[in-house]
Amino acid sequence: MDFGFCLSPSSHVKMDNVDLTTFNRLKETNPDINTCIACGSCTATCTAGHFTEMSFRRLLLMLQRGKEDEAKKMIQRCMLCGKCTLVCSRGINIRKILLDITR
Amino acid sequence: MNSQIFHPFVLPFVLGMAFVLTYCVVGLLRVIGQLSKDDRKKFWRSLVTPKTAWANIRDIVGDCLFHVKIWKRNPVLGYMHTAIAFGWFMIIVIGHIMLFTLKPLEGVDVEGFPRMFTNFYYPIFFKYFAEETPVFAFLMDFFLLMIISGILIAVVKKIHSKIVGVKRIMHFGFADNMIRFALWTIFPFRLIAEKTNIMAFWWLYSIDLFVFMFMLPFTRYMHIPTEALFILLRHAGLKPREPRKGYALAQIYSCPSCGLCIDACPMSVNDKNSGNTSAYFMKRLRNGDKEESQRIAETCMQCGKCVAVCPVSIESCDIKMSQREAVPYAINSDHSYLDAYESNETSNASVLYFAGCMTQLTPKIMRAMKQIMEAAGEKYEFMDKDGGVCCGRPMLLSGKTVEAQAMMAKNTELIKKSGAKRLVLSCPICYKVFKEEYQLEGIEILHHTQYIDELIKQGKLKVDKNGTNYVYHDPCELGRAFGVYDEPREVIESIGNLRKAKSEKELSICCGGSLGSFKLTQQERDEITANSVNDLMYNNPDEIVTACPLCLKTFARKAPVAVKDIAEVVATNLI
Repeated sequence: MDFGFCLSPSSHVKMDNVDLTTFNRLKETNPDINTCIACGSCTATCTAGHFTEMSFRRLLLMLQRGKEDEAKKMIQRCMLCGKCTLVCSRGINIRKILLDITR
Repeated sequence: MNSQIFHPFVLPFVLGMAFVLTYCVVGLLRVIGQLSKDDRKKFWRSLVTPKTAWANIRDIVGDCLFHVKIWKRNPVLGYMHTAIAFGWFMIIVIGHIMLFTLKPLEGVDVEGFPRMFTNFYYPIFFKYFAEETPVFAFLMDFFLLMIISGILIAVVKKIHSKIVGVKRIMHFGFADNMIRFALWTIFPFRLIAEKTNIMAFWWLYSIDLFVFMFMLPFTRYMHIPTEALFILLRHAGLKPREPRKGYALAQIYSCPSCGLCIDACPMSVNDKNSGNTSAYFMKRLRNGDKEESQRIAETCMQCGKCVAVCPVSIESCDIKMSQREAVPYAINSDHSYLDAYESNETSNASVLYFAGCMTQLTPKIMRAMKQIMEAAGEKYEFMDKDGGVCCGRPMLLSGKTVEAQAMMAKNTELIKKSGAKRLVLSCPICYKVFKEEYQLEGIEILHHTQYIDELIKQGKLKVDKNGTNYVYHDPCELGRAFGVYDEPREVIESIGNLRKAKSEKELSICCGGSLGSFKLTQQERDEITANSVNDLMYNNPDEIVTACPLCLKTFARKAPVAVKDIAEVVATNLI
């Protein structure tokens, strides 16, 4: 409902307007993305996450919401150490996905 | 008999020979021209440095002529290759020596024909043109029969490779199959031609030689002339910089596609993946198949076993790395946030312990190391107790060499600031990059297996001997990369009984967890792990001991017995 004013800027994402090309391309080459249950193990262990707000779970969410610019900014923090891949409860090859996004 | 000094049947051979010689000279100039300036200087210098010059001679004789490395790997294949290659070499040498003893057939006027030209083909077809001396005739027949015996083994290997102890062989395309057929028939044709003097066989023999030499540059047999150049370049201490240029090109053409790395590669446990082995990678590169070679380069786990078993010592792992480096990236990393990071503890410790990312995931190793260092009364400090900076090797493995620098610089700074003189690492992945890439003058870099071994030998640590049967798994980046085989074994032997795995030391099988591979799926990795565990369980040990946190984590998922790090085993058996 829109009252014409709000206290904080709206975080509402209109899915009709977003460009999902990056995410769809990623989904094609890495179908295992679909199995993510957003458990957050990757974020909990992230080496870069210790110093910054880097979080793979959030990164994936950003891409799903079409927030590419934010995602690209975040991915620059990654050290590719591979802890996320190792702890992933769904066996997703996160390192490959991270590398593919930067291509 | 005939009374000529020339016959048109020598022409195919002369043509083929001229072609292959021209190609080799052009190729040699191309490879040397593609080397960077520094590399070229290094190369020239290595040719005149006595130490490398001696190594060059030793390896060219040992590898190109006697094939020592194939003999070591598999004696049957060693005989096969030596019979064909060395036999052929001897026939050529003896043929040329015979030139001085040959007498022209009666009534032949040699004067009218340029001697230089006849010398070009006389040793190849001498029986047609001249009479031979008995001793040489015997030697020639002996080596010819030796070659044919080698070819017989090659035929058996092609039909049923398991007889000669090879599980999987390379599959070739049309060109490689055709030149192989030419090679196999050259010598039987020569034998028949020499013994019967039927003109058709002289023609067949010469045409076979033409086919072989004309196709040589486009097939795997190019390794015959290239290997010598490769040995010279290798001893010059060069590194491949681009996947298809200079030194790498010499390596690509030196690969004989023998396929010994197919059986060795841990990925081959799944037949579908045996096409991702180094032999196929080199073939794809030679054919200029960029997409496939890129895919294979990123699938490889960089365990280095193919390099360890390679009879030509081709550094396929390095070439794969240069292939990864060749990929452009749209988004570059930004690790400037590390500038603000300071290690919170400063002390006067003499030993600095860096756990590394993988050990952070296996805190029991960290606890064990703490216990050990305290028991030994060492003045130590933990560099990354609450999570540190990645060592940079995972980034290097992705081919992003420049972007790894920020992490390496930060770690170097932290290490130097600590003032410690010794750096102990628990993770072989870190160990490799600290040893090879970091500039840490005056600081001794040790893996914890070496460190613990030293502490026990110095008497600082006392361990209890028990009756447990252990088997030790050699982590790729500790064993094959640095030859740390004895220290961990000595530590384990001081605690329990060490049982042998089926494949050990430089032949140990990667656990399957390697950070080197980007493309392997979890399922494919699990197959590799299961195979590696089977290999370790060969002598029914009670526990599997490893020295790498990643191996530990990977094995723990699949092993039927307990898997422990060497530090844990020591810590629980301290007196």
